[in-house]
Amino acid sequence: MPAVSKGDGMRGLAVFISDIRNCKSKEAEVKRINKELANIRSKFKGDKALDGYSKKKYVCKLLFIFLLGHDIDFGHMEAVNLLSSNKYTEKQIGYLFISVLVNSNSDLIRLINNAIRNDLASRNPTFMNLALHCIANVGSREMAEAFVSEIPRILVAGDTMDSVKQSAALCLLRLNRTCPDLVPMGEWTARVVHLLNDQHLGVVTAATSLIATLAQKSPDDFKTSVSLAVARLSRIVTSAAIDLQDYTYYFVAAPWLSVKLLRLLQCYPPPEDAALRSRLTECLETILSKAQEPPKSKKVQHSNAKNAVLFEAITLIIHHDNEPNLLVRACNQLGQFLQHRETNLRYLALESMCTLASSEFSHEAVKTHIETVINALKTERDVSVRQRAVDLLYAMCDRSNAKQIVAEMLSYLETADYSIREEIVLKVAILAEKYAVDYTWYVDTILNLIRIAGDYVSEEVWYRVIQIVINRDDVQGYAAKTVFEALQAPACHENLVKVGGYILGEFGNLIAGDPRSSPLVQFSLLHSKFHLCSVPTRALLLSAYIKFINLFPEVKGTIQDVLRSDSQLRNADVELQQRAVEYLRLSCIASTDILATVLEEMPPFPEKESSILAKLKKKKGSSKLPDLNDARRNINGSTNHTEDTETAEKVSTHSFTDKLNVNSTPSTGASLLVDVFSDVSNTPAPNDVSEEHFLRFVCKNNGVIFENQLLQIGLKSEYRQNLGRMYVFYGNKTSTQFLSFSSSVSSNDLLQTQLNIHTKTVDPVIDGGAQVQQILNIECLSDFSDAPVLHIQFRYGGALQNIAVKLPVMLNKFFQPTEMTSQDFFQRWKQLGAPQQEVQKIFKAQHQMDSDVAKAKLLGFGVALLDGVDPNPANFVGAGIIHSKTTQVGCLIRLEPNTQAQMYRLTLRTSKDSVSQRLCELLSEQF
Amino acid sequence: MRFLLLFSRQGKLRLQKWFTAMTDREKKKIIREMTTIVLARQPRSCNFLQWKDLKIIYKRYASLYFCLAVENQENELLALEVIHRYVELLDKYFGNVCELDIIFNFEKAYFILDEFLMGGEIQETSKQIVNRAIESSDMLQEDDHSEWYEVELFGP
Repeated sequence: MPAVSKGDGMRGLAVFISDIRNCKSKEAEVKRINKELANIRSKFKGDKALDGYSKKKYVCKLLFIFLLGHDIDFGHMEAVNLLSSNKYTEKQIGYLFISVLVNSNSDLIRLINNAIRNDLASRNPTFMNLALHCIANVGSREMAEAFVSEIPRILVAGDTMDSVKQSAALCLLRLNRTCPDLVPMGEWTARVVHLLNDQHLGVVTAATSLIATLAQKSPDDFKTSVSLAVARLSRIVTSAAIDLQDYTYYFVAAPWLSVKLLRLLQCYPPPEDAALRSRLTECLETILSKAQEPPKSKKVQHSNAKNAVLFEAITLIIHHDNEPNLLVRACNQLGQFLQHRETNLRYLALESMCTLASSEFSHEAVKTHIETVINALKTERDVSVRQRAVDLLYAMCDRSNAKQIVAEMLSYLETADYSIREEIVLKVAILAEKYAVDYTWYVDTILNLIRIAGDYVSEEVWYRVIQIVINRDDVQGYAAKTVFEALQAPACHENLVKVGGYILGEFGNLIAGDPRSSPLVQFSLLHSKFHLCSVPTRALLLSAYIKFINLFPEVKGTIQDVLRSDSQLRNADVELQQRAVEYLRLSCIASTDILATVLEEMPPFPEKESSILAKLKKKKGSSKLPDLNDARRNINGSTNHTEDTETAEKVSTHSFTDKLNVNSTPSTGASLLVDVFSDVSNTPAPNDVSEEHFLRFVCKNNGVIFENQLLQIGLKSEYRQNLGRMYVFYGNKTSTQFLSFSSSVSSNDLLQTQLNIHTKTVDPVIDGGAQVQQILNIECLSDFSDAPVLHIQFRYGGALQNIAVKLPVMLNKFFQPTEMTSQDFFQRWKQLGAPQQEVQKIFKAQHQMDSDVAKAKLLGFGVALLDGVDPNPANFVGAGIIHSKTTQVGCLIRLEPNTQAQMYRLTLRTSKDSVSQRLCELLSEQF
Repeated sequence: MRFLLLFSRQGKLRLQKWFTAMTDREKKKIIREMTTIVLARQPRSCNFLQWKDLKIIYKRYASLYFCLAVENQENELLALEVIHRYVELLDKYFGNVCELDIIFNFEKAYFILDEFLMGGEIQETSKQIVNRAIESSDMLQEDDHSEWYEVELFGP
């Protein structure tokens, strides 16, 4: 038998492990384990009381079995019993078992907590440490609640042993991570700060970790730690004489403590006190200088520890962003690392330079390394290093080097790892747009992207090139010519067909003068791709064809023939068939004038932040993405982060797809199309508006909105961003036909400027017992408070019926839920602190106060519910963004139920007072 | 730190330590992903990876891979030295540690780790102090060794 156990060897355990290792198959292993489990179970159930040693051994075996990946459903009680043993090793195994196997909602938690409490009170440091470790390992809310007030006392008590102080500090830190709301701040905080002066470096290290974490939450409470941290750091870094004994790691003085102190200082801006600031600068300079000294050891541990401190110092320098001299020195140091033979250092240098590139002081210095970085992209063997090189190129890009960087990225794309292609495509697209002086270059770049990596070009990218071409008339002719040429390639990517179809449909006339690209040639070229494309692309091409009919009357006949063919008119796909039918009909009956109006060139798209950027942010997480603002970071980069995420959330993906599809109501054409096909005139008669069920639709989208003896009206609706579609179902409850049935939507004058609603007409006859459907397309232009009214008129048995129903189109329908961390939430909450931005209402509960129901209602309302933000778990906190065509309004919601008083308090904060007001009205009626 | 995994070149897990609460399912998924990703790395690659929003720092010692996941703002190089310090501690305790030591004395490997790290932070960086703590806990073992030579009733 191998491996003689040291200390308290458990021979039975070693035999068992050895058996398992000798098993030839999985089945044999399972068999052996089941045999063992049966044995242990019988031992635990047996009449004979087990002694501590046996209990320990069996618990240990169970643990081993669990760690092999098998389920364990007994033995917990025996493990808990071990906790109260007086023998250290038994207690230790008991705690290990509990730490690994007991989940937070176990019934045993009370017993475990009792044992822990006894050990904490035992004044035996080894027992106390075991107990603190167990709390930290399990780290559940129940444990936090039970011990969170006790631990700070142990931490700062004068007679606590050093090792226990260390455990207590880290245990508290762990609990603060799980339940930040539970860790109380108080007079102990000042005493914790003073631990930074402790004799024992182990205690200082643990205390620094704790303070660095707590200071992020409440910096003011720990402000005094800055001067102590600088002093401590200075003593470690600058005094060569000091002997730190065992805290020197491979000739580097206390690297862990140094890094933690530097991290703690990153929670604060540069010290205001001049003396303190110069002392800190001196430290940082010394660290930078030491990097140039010859190594004291050839061991990699030495250089790792030394450089760990160096990188952390550089992070602090970048964080402060106020000492141009230090920033440039840091950049030069990283430049050296870029060519280091250690791959690790090259990787870290690329990563760290990425953040340096966003400081105005060092941006230029970073740019000088462009050739090295490009070289890294070409020669590094490790894909994660190449990835960092791409990130850095992106971060260092500006107008002066954009063409070079984009060209390099494009050529790298041809051989890039599949895992990072999509990201590179997004980056190229963003850089090309952002730094385009000449939009022909932009168009070329995007078409190249599609050619090289068509599969990785997401919708956002090709939407965007079309938006830009449509918005800039100086590039339209060039774009038409270029796509025409690109489409000549025998095999081109479907994305190119989409772009080509759209652009030629809009601007094909600009190149039609050249006989080589005459209308017929353009059409034949597009149509030659048609049969190889997917349904959405074919639909787009059909729209391009109808646009051609308007642009080039001479090809009308040819195109009509195509539309008329069976493969179009009888296409199995509903969308294609409908387009073919409608377009053919339109081309036959509409006059040239009407055609020209319906098929007019697309109006310019509203300028917003690129949706591609939003996509990249989503992909990378905004923290990983250096901002590309021309105005580089201001002093103390930390404030930038919030703005960054805010823009990310405010970005809207354009309502582009809907504008592409002629049949889902383009903004100019729809009403005309309706006029062409129908002769129904809508003259709603005034009568009472039913709003009986209106409020029931605030938190849901489907249901019956109106019902009388004759008619039932059901709704189904869906919303995305600032657009919505509502399906209205009219059910004839009688057995007689409804005749002259018509329905229309009206809005008051104000609402008409805020909300666009397009209705499709319905058949004027509804048979008895039948149901017909009407589609409403809704666009939110700006925030609104009123609701549109649906007017229905029909003849039933000779009598004219008039019905008016308030349509449940409310502001909250245009919510997009937003997830955010509690830190972001509180920051945003504070930002929205102006009195008119907040609306609060306290009201009596109308329904039974059920937490799950409330939760469902809030989700239905449209916000994301944020767990763990509100210190009181009974409260609800949510966030979302209201999308309208012109703006996005971020909204924060807090709902506090008071079950005793049967009351709620609802608070809303948004950046717009009318929005806060309206949302509060709507939501407060729901509970 | 979020978690530490030790696994063999064959992908057999030898030790798992989680510093945040996670369900067993999540754990199993992470273990699977980590072993696949790390074992697929080319030799002479760098020791760092970006994985979701975490940094993975891994290093191979003989037949064992040590794989540590840390938050984004953590220092990679120092994380590498956390691994190394742990290896040194194991080495000191077992005397030229090998994979078998960790298999047969897994509970000791956990105890040593607990003396060194706590709640995902380094607790004590002094090797002497940690070693002293580990040795003294061995001294605390019970005197009663009557069971030491117990005969196993069920053989292999």
